Amino acid sequence: MELFVDILLSGVAQGMVFAAIALGLGLVSRATGIVNFAQGAMGMFTTFIAFSLLSHGVGYWPAFVAALALGAVLGAAVERTLIRPLQGKPALNPVIVTIGLLIVLEGVAGSIWGNVARGFPAAFSQRGLVIGRTRVAFSHFDVFLVCAVVVLVVAIVALFRWTNLGLRMRAAAFSPEVSRLLGVRVGRLFTLAWALACAAGSLAGLLVAPLSSFSPYYMDLNLVYGFTAAVLGGLLSPVGALAGGLVTGLSIAFVGGYVGPDLQPIAALALLLLVLMVRPQGLFGTSEVRRV
Amino acid sequence: MTASHTRADAEAGPSGTRPDAEAGPPGARARAVLGLLARRLRLPNQPLVRHLILFVLGAGLFYVLTVNVGAYNDYQIGEIAVYAIVLGGLSVLTGLNGQFSLGHGAFMAIGAYTLALLQLHADVGLVGELVIAAVIAAAAGAVVGVPAARLSPPYLAGVTLMLALGLPQLSAQYGSVFGGEQGLTTTPPAAPGSLSPERWLAWIQLFCALVVLVLLANLVRSRFGRAFRAVRDDEVAAAVSGIHVARTKVLAFAVSAGCAGLGGALLVLSTGVVNVGEFPLSLSIGLLAAMVFGGAGSLVGVWWGAVALVYMPTWSTSLSQHLSLGTSAAAYLSDAFFGVVLVIAMLVSPAGVQGGIRRIGQLLWSGGGVAGLGGPGGGVATDRMDQETKERSRP
Repeated sequence: MELFVDILLSGVAQGMVFAAIALGLGLVSRATGIVNFAQGAMGMFTTFIAFSLLSHGVGYWPAFVAALALGAVLGAAVERTLIRPLQGKPALNPVIVTIGLLIVLEGVAGSIWGNVARGFPAAFSQRGLVIGRTRVAFSHFDVFLVCAVVVLVVAIVALFRWTNLGLRMRAAAFSPEVSRLLGVRVGRLFTLAWALACAAGSLAGLLVAPLSSFSPYYMDLNLVYGFTAAVLGGLLSPVGALAGGLVTGLSIAFVGGYVGPDLQPIAALALLLLVLMVRPQGLFGTSEVRRV
Repeated sequence: MTASHTRADAEAGPSGTRPDAEAGPPGARARAVLGLLARRLRLPNQPLVRHLILFVLGAGLFYVLTVNVGAYNDYQIGEIAVYAIVLGGLSVLTGLNGQFSLGHGAFMAIGAYTLALLQLHADVGLVGELVIAAVIAAAAGAVVGVPAARLSPPYLAGVTLMLALGLPQLSAQYGSVFGGEQGLTTTPPAAPGSLSPERWLAWIQLFCALVVLVLLANLVRSRFGRAFRAVRDDEVAAAVSGIHVARTKVLAFAVSAGCAGLGGALLVLSTGVVNVGEFPLSLSIGLLAAMVFGGAGSLVGVWWGAVALVYMPTWSTSLSQHLSLGTSAAAYLSDAFFGVVLVIAMLVSPAGVQGGIRRIGQLLWSGGGVAGLGGPGGGVATDRMDQETKERSRP
């Protein structure tokens, strides 16, 4: 029973990280129609910058904010310089560019910081909370992690639903040509979507770094699980990303706890294939009619 | 001399068939396509002859190359041949069928482990081992290809990425079968006479590479190759023309995975050991990058890609020594190089090195299709196919 509860709680914490990644993937996918495979690596890179700042004596929170801001800048820069020129080309090309970016960032990070597994400090204590008389596998840091992702999701939902900017972003994604005719600066909004997505990726990187062995490759698996979460959630709605993240996190945690941690990626693959075969639009997506 | 000869061969077939195809009734596009397919099928011997000539030339070239180098270079030439096989399969998948895979490292692992397990538990001979390794990897590719056939490229990339990350982990989970972290050992084939084992193995690998590339080149020019391209260009039009789209995609994936499996099996014959560390994600991405570097869809371009894959670690080591970056930076430099290649190729020249060479050749020969080696890879054939499609779709 205790094992079950511990697995459940760690699954929730993990799922929140996947939800943040899925949210970023969804933002980019909705705006520019591609999957950004460099999302995890970008989060890794900004987290390493935060790590450097921390080791030079900067406080945790300034480093945290700097990493988020850098993530946004990096996302915007990538959209402007690498993705924008490929508009109108086959969808394969920008996807291959993001894959290239993934290994460039990992290579650069590896040659700067080296491929050693380090520890990344957490903002709060990582000792499990005591509930009743038992210590559960859920710490103050996990509480912060869950809150941070929920705040992120609420903020994105609010942005899209209640602000003029969000309305324009939705319009630009829905029909770029018509929006452009109506005076919406579509290109800028796509850049903004990339910036937001990569800030979300940075948040995920910062939150998951203390939970994993912190090396240039630590986001690879997280990206894959985040991708699963994004597909489960239908890639379009922030709430879907949250739900997809939780389902993925819990599935991974239970497979890891009861079967074996080495089977986690295969289990996620099986989950992903199952969803794609049965409900290709995702558990929470709506299907789109494609006309020829 | 041989180049112009093969060019003449390439020109002869289609130019003879084209007027007939266009004389048909304008509305019956499907019938015209089928007619064209049928007429092309009657000329199977020309591409075959052409590819066999290239095979003999390639074999001669490699013989001269290997007898003039030392054992370590033999090893590296063998490695290049192995990667040429894997990249050939990947190139057909991406360049001709429009699918793409980040998981070919996983199929290489399947082939490699199949070979090692066969060597441990069965006695089927080297040819049997290689064939079974390729077949099992192809079967795995078909299993992945069935859901993949329904996915658009970004999702397919995600699924295959997960395969590349997840599949090697199985060997850690089932350590009693797959040898866990240490992996399994393989024994290279015994060399006949006074031949050094490295050179014998390099010859076997080169022979396999040439055979596979000739088979792929023939596949590309066959009914199946045309179906691959038709599905890549327009799935709906292909389906209307009587092509089973899903089956074609699964076939392409299986062929490609089979090549990767054979490559993996041949690779571990030289390394002498199979373990998880040999098939990391960076291998799968490096394969994709090398394929794009050589030129997607070009079976000659695969050699450029294979050379880059084998020599890049060496070059980046010497570069990092030159820049006094320390030894650990070398591995990252070569990874980063492949990433930069992917990005730049997509932005500047999606046809890769072979496409660039072809373009230079076209400038030199002012207009004529560039000859020789470009043909079987589907580069020229693809262009002509596209040209015909465009002509016919004009109202």
